[in-house]
Amino acid sequence: MNRRTLLRLGSVALLAMATAFSGNVLAGETIKVGAVAPKSGGLAGGSTVTHWPNVELWVKEVNDAGGLMVDGVRKQIELIEYDDKTNPGDHIKALQRLITQDEVDILLPPYGTGFHIAAAPIYAKHGYPMVSVTSITDQVGPLTEKFPNMFFTLGTTSAFVEGVVEILKDARTAGTIGKKIAMVNVADAFGIELAEVARPMMKAAGFEIVYDKSYPLGTADLSPIMKGAKASKPDAFIAWSYPPDTFGLTKEAITENLDVKIFYTAVASSFPAYGGAFGPAANNTLGAGGVNPNDPKIAAYRKKHEQVTGKAPDYWASANTYAAFEILAQAIEGVGTIDRAKITQYIKDNSFDTIMGKIKFENQVSYKFWSVGQWQDGVFRGVKGTGVDGSVGVRAKSGWQ
Amino acid sequence: MDILVSGFLLAGTYVLIAMGLNLQYGVARIMNLANGEVLIAGALAAFWLSTNAEISPLITIFLLAPTAFAVNWLIYKILLRPLVKRSKSRGQLEVDSILATFGLSFIMVGLMLVVHGEFYTYEFLSQPITILGSIVAMNRFIAFILAVLVAISLYFWLNHTRAGSALRAVAVSPQAAGLVGIDVPRVAAIAFALGGSVTAIGGALISTFITLDGSVGVVFTMKALIIVILGGVGDIRGAVFAALILGIVETSVATLIDPGLTLAAAYLIFVLILLFRPQGLFGRRPT
Repeated sequence: MNRRTLLRLGSVALLAMATAFSGNVLAGETIKVGAVAPKSGGLAGGSTVTHWPNVELWVKEVNDAGGLMVDGVRKQIELIEYDDKTNPGDHIKALQRLITQDEVDILLPPYGTGFHIAAAPIYAKHGYPMVSVTSITDQVGPLTEKFPNMFFTLGTTSAFVEGVVEILKDARTAGTIGKKIAMVNVADAFGIELAEVARPMMKAAGFEIVYDKSYPLGTADLSPIMKGAKASKPDAFIAWSYPPDTFGLTKEAITENLDVKIFYTAVASSFPAYGGAFGPAANNTLGAGGVNPNDPKIAAYRKKHEQVTGKAPDYWASANTYAAFEILAQAIEGVGTIDRAKITQYIKDNSFDTIMGKIKFENQVSYKFWSVGQWQDGVFRGVKGTGVDGSVGVRAKSGWQ
Repeated sequence: MDILVSGFLLAGTYVLIAMGLNLQYGVARIMNLANGEVLIAGALAAFWLSTNAEISPLITIFLLAPTAFAVNWLIYKILLRPLVKRSKSRGQLEVDSILATFGLSFIMVGLMLVVHGEFYTYEFLSQPITILGSIVAMNRFIAFILAVLVAISLYFWLNHTRAGSALRAVAVSPQAAGLVGIDVPRVAAIAFALGGSVTAIGGALISTFITLDGSVGVVFTMKALIIVILGGVGDIRGAVFAALILGIVETSVATLIDPGLTLAAAYLIFVLILLFRPQGLFGRRPT
């Protein structure tokens, strides 16, 4: 053949070889980790506090230590992240993209119960383990059966409510409160489920729910609700609330000077911003979550979190989120290679050393979490938890100064 | 009495949200879907200055008014004026402006989330005071007073000054206004910028008692839209009355029936108005 053809053939062959080699070399060098969660939309306010800073912290910690030992080599983590805009449809699309186009080796869990449930089938179909944190539901049993690669670490809806009811019972036995409860909930799946679980539990414990109302998510004026609750002369106020109304209801309680010894709001009471916004008025308010700040691992984690990300972690799911990522890292190194089936099995069979302590899954569920915390002098300490040490006594609320 | 006081205060909040859109839609004929984001931008400014520079939101609104005016003027001139020039009918302009401002809202949300991704939580004058026997937070009352002041000054300016009359003329008919020597493009730009300025001030004020974050702008755009259409486009009194009706109805429903039905009640009124008086309370029936 003539020289031109030979040249063309040669260059094409060279290009093909170069691509083939570079592909192999590149694919081998990093561990691709995919993450999809809200960065905008309704849940962004929560995920930017609880989820994304832990992603940033974990990737940095792992890479600074040299990376994960996989296939006999230390490989760095390459993070690929997408914003699901708090839209389940967008979440699924981004997830598919991570799996089929970006071909990630491992997936971090989503943020938000609804998103975990929406994404679970896809994780399962492609064999990715899902070590969930911000996924609280009573469907844990059926879900773990249906999805053998789905793990839960923050408890169930019932455990969530039980913690609160136990505190109410203890307070009543001690004579701190009577039996009248004012209970409100946000009219969103989360709030409705919690209220539905709470009603029978409270009745069974001998309490009388004297004010029981729900309000739409995003209600601008919560004063009619607080005034109505106040008028029913409750001993305790329980709100199954989301961040905007957690803040709003607390503001209204301060305005109305609501005289209760137990005041509980659900999500966002564990955010540093809650303690920051209300200062001394927040003292002795209760909320979902909690932390044992005296635990040296937790203290070290909180310090590092602030150092690396510039913001403080929340006093609830942040620690569990980081622990979940630690589990993934340890499982990958434990198996020694990116074999997702083996990694999933490893997570089921082994115990892990995390900042929350030793975590071992029983039927894909870990029972190591705080359910109720209380703001005591500027720190949101855990007062009720499962499998965790260091809970402190519940203090009665006295006034809003 | 509790209902009336809370209802009026809520109406004040709604007036702040809706007046700006009324001006933008009524005069400049721009259905500004980024209205909620301008509101949040005002809130972000108040939050940021309050937490980082300890500047009271009441001072922030004086800084905010001219800044928001200038920014919205630029938005109109750069983004929306070309749409106005090329649209051959009012309907086309509405569609074009909806699409353009929809895109703008995403840009604004993205920018605001970069500045501060979490909730705008801060304290300002939240001490309780007693109005007519009813306990309210001081910041809500101040927002109400300022809403009343802004509404009155706008009404006075629109109805008793020459410049205001020009604005109202353009609201009635841009073509006819042009024929009598009014500089329609300039007036439309002023109306848009003024609307944006009022909205930003509103955002700064409501941020003192509502916990906002970068993503909730769309909820306020929808609320403002309802109020503007309920009240009739182009007349400030319409927005005020619609806000009043909504505020009192929502508060009554929340207190007397069930807080869960506030949205249902608001949309029920909306549907009724659309059925029986589609031009709104103070709107003019289209000829």
